[in-house]
Formats: sequence, structure tokens, C-alpha cells
Amino acid sequence: MAGAGMSADVDSGAGVGAALRWSVERDLRLALRSRSELGVQLMFYVIVVTLFPLASTPERMLLATMGPGVLWVAALLASLLSLPRLFASDFADGTLEQIALSPFPMPALVFGKILAHWLTTGLPIVLLAPLLGIQYGLDGTALWIVTLSLLIGTPILSLLGAIGAALTLGVRGGGSLLALLILPLYVPILIFGAGSADAVRAGLSASANLSLLGAGLLIALVGAPLATAASVRIALD
Amino acid sequence: MLEVLELAARRGDAVLFRRLGFRVEAGKMLVVTGPNGTGKTTLLRILAGLTLATAGRVLFRGEAVAPGSPKLRAECVFVGHLPALKDEFTAEENLSSLVELSGVRPTASQLRAVLSEVALDAQRALPARVLSQGQRRRIGLARLSLLRRPLWLLDEPATALDTTGLALLGQLIARQLAAGGAVVASTHQTLDLPPEHLEWLVLA
Repeated sequence: MAGAGMSADVDSGAGVGAALRWSVERDLRLALRSRSELGVQLMFYVIVVTLFPLASTPERMLLATMGPGVLWVAALLASLLSLPRLFASDFADGTLEQIALSPFPMPALVFGKILAHWLTTGLPIVLLAPLLGIQYGLDGTALWIVTLSLLIGTPILSLLGAIGAALTLGVRGGGSLLALLILPLYVPILIFGAGSADAVRAGLSASANLSLLGAGLLIALVGAPLATAASVRIALD
Repeated sequence: MLEVLELAARRGDAVLFRRLGFRVEAGKMLVVTGPNGTGKTTLLRILAGLTLATAGRVLFRGEAVAPGSPKLRAECVFVGHLPALKDEFTAEENLSSLVELSGVRPTASQLRAVLSEVALDAQRALPARVLSQGQRRRIGLARLSLLRRPLWLLDEPATALDTTGLALLGQLIARQLAAGGAVVASTHQTLDLPPEHLEWLVLA
């Protein structure tokens, strides 16, 4: 034990990097130990995308038209499926209390959790997209654009979703409330994301859609961790 | 070290307490007692900055502190009802993760020493899932021992502890007080501490 002069171990400026490292490393390690939970979410994505061509006509043109949209809708639903778990277990076992009391800046800790969430749920979806897109007869450019739009778009889904997940903490039936809260915010991302591949097919450039997605990502990167941290504090009160 | 003025809190419509005031000096322990539902946990959560008080002020080292202020967060440690343990992690991983969250990086030998201090040598590498309630509490004690914070806020720290666990808790608190720290704890158990270090607050 130290003496009465015991004081802060962290000065707030240097804390951001350490806070990020702590929460990303911890959540990735937790995710690795409960792999089956991650598998469910990814299986859902693969199954939805695979069932669609089987249920509709095998006509090439039609499939290529709806392919990007299906990939995007499935990614969005898979993200929605995984969101309730983002804070639920940390809330239930008291870790969120300790996160709120940590000398590290709380938005950085929360951002680390969101980043780990995206790495374990969003990134696999992006990586699988080119493979699954082949079922829809998408050509090389379309596949590349869909994958790129998912790469920019899925982090926005995680960031916005985290605000909803924090707001619905401790609420009974939080899962359905979360969907109601978050879906309207997801709609523009869906439109620009799926629209980017459409633009390419129509012979236009996808850059307008992708730039809008990129702008959305920047706004979400700045705003979402702050809003999520504030929401978590409210949930703990 | 800690001073509370005119504090009031309510839960829903019920007023838990109002015009509550007390001081906790360095080297003293404030024992908060009272029947269930009188606001012991709420008081501790207000002091930690987790819950907003309805009215009143909290002064830390003579300065008014806002709930959740970085200054307070860096100087106090709160042990609540919830142990903040992950079932998937081992006892040692849980401890080191919790301590790192408070900004302290323990070495492997420090972790080992403190876990043997709380008699968890044999359980060091076991997942928290298989630990008993008392053993989970002991990880919390190990954390207190590793973190050097002047103010401890303990909510029912004696719950689920056996007699040796209680003795250990008493030793840790005695060491904290001797080092010039302060403790605020809600408890029903009598701890083996010199009465001149204790002050009592009875909520009713």
C-alpha cells in the first residue's frame, strides 16, 4: 500500500490510446472464447444471402439487379441481430459501472468496444461479400463496389447501433425497441450503400454514393462514441 | 478528505434521505448502516458519481466534485454488488483486466502475490464461471489491494465472505487506514477494526 499521496495513475491526454487498447483487446479475447455466438450472426448473413437466389428466378439480369440490395439488407439485419449483445453482458455483470468509473476517457473505452464489435461482426460480412456476390452473377466491378460500400457502411451500422444499444440497456424488450430506434437511421446508409452498385450498373460513377457514405462514417466516428458514452451513463443512473 | 453537505436522494417518488451531511477524514472509516431500502447503496453510488443526487454537494479534498468527474475517478475505487467479472476469463485475467481499467499495469508477479494473499492460488487459472460467490468477492479484494487509491467506496463488501475472508477484508481496510486512506462502507457485519478509526452513519 502506498501513502496518503496516492494519486492519479493516468493523465487524461495519454489515456485515449491505452483506453482503446484495453477495450479492443479485451473484447476480442472475449469474442474468441465465445465463438459460437459470433457464428450464429455470420450464419444468418450467409443463409439469407444464399436463400434469395434459390427462392427467386434464376434469371441472370434480375439476380444481378437485386444482388447488391440483398447483400446490404442481410448485412443490416445481421448487424441488428448482434447489437443487443454489445453492452448487455457488461451491463449485467457490473463491468459497465467500472468502465464509467475508470480514469480513462469513457468515449474512448466505448469506441474500443464498438471497434471490437465491428471487427468481429462487420468485417467478416465485408470479407464474405465478394464470395456471396458471385451467386448473383455480379461482375468484377460490381463486386468490388459492393464490397467497398460495405467496408465504409458497416462501421456506420456499428457506431449508430451502439447508441441505440446503450439507450435500451436494462429496458425490457430492449431488442425490439432497439430495432425501432435504429432502423430509421439505418435507412439512408442502406440507400447510399446499395445505390452505389446500382450507379455502376447504370454506367454512372459510384463516387457520389461512396462519398456520402464516407461523410456519414466521419460524422458517426466523431459523434457516436460521445453519444454512446452519455447514454451508458444514463442507463447506469 | 470527503465532505458531504445537505445531500438528498430519491428513488422514484420515495425520498430516501434528505439534508444528509458528514465528513470522512483521512485514516477513518465511515460505516453506513440501516435497514434495507434506506439508501445505503444509493449513497455510495452518489459518492462514486454513478447516480445523481437530488440535491446537495460532495466535496473531495475541499473541492466540489461533479459526479463522474475525472478527478474523483482517478482517486477512488468503488466495489459494488456486481463483481464485474467475466465468466470466460480466469481469475488472474479478470483481476489484471480490472486493474488495467483503472490505469495500473500490474506485473505477473504482483498479480500472483496478491492472488495468494486472498487465498486464490489454486484458482488462479480457473475460469471465473466455476468460482464460488465468496471466491469472486476475493478477486474484488485483490483488486483493492493492487489499486492504490486514497478513497475506497465499498457496498456490502462482507457479503458471501467466510470468516477468513472477513479477517482479510479487515486487514486490507486497516492497511488502507494506516496508509492515510479513507473508507466508506455499507455493511452489517462487524469487522475487527480499532473503534477509534470507525465512524457510524445510520440511515433510517
